[in-house]
Amino acid sequence: MAADSSLKDHALERAVFISRAAVACVIMLLLLGVLVTRLSFLQVFQYDYYGTRSDDNRMRVQLAAPVRGLIYDREGRLLADNLPAYRLDLIPEQVEDIDAALERLSRYIALTPTDLERFNKRRRGQPRFRPVPLRFNLTQAEVARFEVNRRDFPGMEVRAGLRRHYPLGELTSHVVGYVGAINERELKTIDEQSYRGISQIGKSGVELAHEGLLRGTPGSRIVEANALGRPLRELEYNRPTPGQNIHLTLDARLQAAAYAAMGENEGAIVALDPRNGDLLAAVSKPGFDPEAFIDGITQKDYNALLTHPGRPLFDRVLQGQYPPGSTVKPLMALAALEENIIDPRRRVWCPGYFELPNSERKWRDWKRDGHGWVNMAEAIYRSSDVYFYKMSMDLGIDNISRFGARFGLGEPLGIDMPREKGGILPSREWKRARKNVHWFPGETLNTVIGQGYMTSTPLQLAHMTALLAMRGQGWRPRVLAESEDAISGHRQLNQPSPWPAITLKDAGHWNLIIGAMEDVVHNPRGTARKISLNAPYRIAGKTGTSQVYGLAQDQAAPDLEDVERQLRDHALFVAFAPIDDPRIAVAVLIEHGGGGGAVAAPIAREVLDAYLLQKPPLQARARLEGTR
Amino acid sequence: MSPRSDRITVSEWLTAWRLDVPLLTGLLICLALGLLVLYSASGQSMQMMTNQALRLGVGLVAMFVVAQIPPEWYRTAAPWLYGLSVALLLIVIAVGTTAMGAQRWLDLGFIRFQPSELVKLAVPLCVAAFLHDRALPPGWRVVLVTLLLLAVPAVLIGLQPDLGTALLVVAAGAFVVFLAGVHWRLMALLALLAAAAGPLLWYNMHSYQKTRVLTLLNPASDPTGAGYHITQSKIAIGSGGLFGKGWLNGSQAHLNFLPESNTDFVFAVFAEETGLMGVLALLTVYFFIILRGLYIAWRSQDTFQRLLAGSLSLTFFVYVFVNIGMVIGILPVVGVPLPLVSYGGTSMVVLLMSFGMLMSINTHRRLLAT
Repeated sequence: MAADSSLKDHALERAVFISRAAVACVIMLLLLGVLVTRLSFLQVFQYDYYGTRSDDNRMRVQLAAPVRGLIYDREGRLLADNLPAYRLDLIPEQVEDIDAALERLSRYIALTPTDLERFNKRRRGQPRFRPVPLRFNLTQAEVARFEVNRRDFPGMEVRAGLRRHYPLGELTSHVVGYVGAINERELKTIDEQSYRGISQIGKSGVELAHEGLLRGTPGSRIVEANALGRPLRELEYNRPTPGQNIHLTLDARLQAAAYAAMGENEGAIVALDPRNGDLLAAVSKPGFDPEAFIDGITQKDYNALLTHPGRPLFDRVLQGQYPPGSTVKPLMALAALEENIIDPRRRVWCPGYFELPNSERKWRDWKRDGHGWVNMAEAIYRSSDVYFYKMSMDLGIDNISRFGARFGLGEPLGIDMPREKGGILPSREWKRARKNVHWFPGETLNTVIGQGYMTSTPLQLAHMTALLAMRGQGWRPRVLAESEDAISGHRQLNQPSPWPAITLKDAGHWNLIIGAMEDVVHNPRGTARKISLNAPYRIAGKTGTSQVYGLAQDQAAPDLEDVERQLRDHALFVAFAPIDDPRIAVAVLIEHGGGGGAVAAPIAREVLDAYLLQKPPLQARARLEGTR
Repeated sequence: MSPRSDRITVSEWLTAWRLDVPLLTGLLICLALGLLVLYSASGQSMQMMTNQALRLGVGLVAMFVVAQIPPEWYRTAAPWLYGLSVALLLIVIAVGTTAMGAQRWLDLGFIRFQPSELVKLAVPLCVAAFLHDRALPPGWRVVLVTLLLLAVPAVLIGLQPDLGTALLVVAAGAFVVFLAGVHWRLMALLALLAAAAGPLLWYNMHSYQKTRVLTLLNPASDPTGAGYHITQSKIAIGSGGLFGKGWLNGSQAHLNFLPESNTDFVFAVFAEETGLMGVLALLTVYFFIILRGLYIAWRSQDTFQRLLAGSLSLTFFVYVFVNIGMVIGILPVVGVPLPLVSYGGTSMVVLLMSFGMLMSINTHRRLLAT
């Protein structure tokens, strides 16, 4: 050791050490510089980015769905409501043995295999602390049974929510419509921002048409959550804005009366207020239970609705396109008067058939023996086909299609309802476009009596009648009367929109036609004379019997017993009353009902009575009625 | 040198007990900051605080005891200590307790103990003692022997496998050689050899180790797996900004986004809550401790003391650099705790013992004839 020490040069060692330590210091400073540079980069230059990432990490947005607006009829009767509904949730984390717990639970609350399957499906891939719905729509009794024994069921709880309720149920199933879970197709079209946290959407009827008013604006709750997503505290709460309550033009009492008047028949009744276009009643029968769709309808129930021979989901009022039959005769006569083709007083011989020049084919009148000599009014109230066949030779398809269009035939009317159909108002252009064939004169004969290619919806027929009642000064049909802010109560009136006015060269022609329609009911030979009995007001109407040439292609093959019924004609009747102050225009269509005068007209009378003979409503909606 | 006078200052009193006041101050600041961060990172767990405080107490007592022993004793004991630690490493490989997939622990019944931590002290001690008796700067033969002294424990630790500690042990020994003044040309040669060994190391690495290196290069490649640590750590640091979110307000750690927030990634919590300013302050304290260590080395009176003190100081820097570098995503994830701050027992005690040695070196001064 001593020998070694003697070899050591302490001064040199120290000098070497100092230089090495200096080098080390320089290197350390450089490395510290690297650290500081990197830290500054992260904490200063990328601060915004990482700050946001950190907030994204910790903040969770919980959505609060708004309360959907209520739907009232014109007198403030509820048509769509939100009722408290109870849902049973299970929090997997807090239940030791889920199978055993479900077993115990089923002693108090019925659990179907569907419930269990749905529950197990929802459970998968969820954090264990998140509640999973087990049963929907518990009854009060079930809630009570559960609450009494709730100590036996840790980790389960009953939650109250709101569920759409339709007090009139089937009665308003088509016009009010229903809500259901948003499906994938809707998901693609809706604005996601407006539907955050909302699971239901209007599917049909007013619920769909005025979805934007009813929906409201979702609110949100921003909570701080840990890495597992468990919420720890609330940071921010934006209250949801409830949807608007809306008041319809519909009269629930009239709707109920019309529904009852229809009896067991299948068909449609539409009632309009000619003075403003208000849709007073819209019945399509058979209806369905609109609440069946709310929690999701099972495939079996849905198939049952789809394959039901009466096609309950089909809204006949807006989408049923039927040959209007003789109900268009007043319109055709008006067109002929306007074109100066007929002299209303001139009588025409009706032998029960009509032949075109150079044709062997006989065009039959519905009355085999014919009506004898008839003038224009008689041709209307006794419903001579031959008179109109002859008239149509001079009138021509071009005048028919032009005039019909002014009354809203052939195109959807633009009512504020979804999926309205427009029927067919045939014309040369239409036929060329659709069938690629030119127009045959014989087809004009079919068209003038509302047969052949011609179809229209019951709504179009009611609207046409309303326009006649108002002598061409009518309104576009509508169903929304006003909307009401659910919080402030502020009401926004939906102004009626006028229909393009129909001005005749001779306004006296209106009287001729309305007079003839009055005779349909009040003339002893009128086709609807039976309904004039004890009528305290004057009715103008027109019967129609539209031939069913064959089964529609989309109809299922009926049972043999049904075949006869299926081939029976549709019974139609259009009317307005009172004649000197029209307050209601109505169209009645009874599928396979037979004769319009015998079947449809009495039903229309019941509807008119229900509306015109009722006691004045408590709150007369003067501002709605006095708009003209 | 025992406290006799009635009117001595605290500083004099501490020095009398062979404690170095500047070093102690730096250490206590770090330890205090560490406890504060830990309180926050652990979700204000009093139990963890108590545990850590207990370890700190043990560590400080150990430091105090170590400081009382003259440095010559360490030089004498160095070979024995080295032999003991190598033996313990062998035992660990034979019967050690497995924790988190690696065999690092020796369960003595009353205490669980990581022999590799002891090696961190034994290796620089042994190498410094070895070089103390040689003519410096060392020739290549001497360097070769020191390399062997390094390699044996390093390989044993690498087998556990604990690559991080193995590299730190190599670094501690290498610093001794470096400070002893090994020729630059020899150093360059060694560096070249090390670089050549790189691929060899790579092929012998476990797949998770390779993943960590690859993840460093592209953390976004696997944001939920291996890259998750580093991604969440960068979010924590970056979101701290200049002044931080404030103590106890670091959401990344409290909401459990940041893994290992008490141990290896505690620096991210500190950076999140105190911001760049806090981080700079912490780095300043660390650097002050290192400079004080180098100063003690410079003032020391023989080769062993100088090399040991210098090596311990530089190794401390390596701890700091490797941990922070890993947490901020410029170095691969290796299990190196943030010295004096991270939650953990053995490493804290051993570290404080090394500072005890520095204090011993600085306070056991002989009066040299001039």
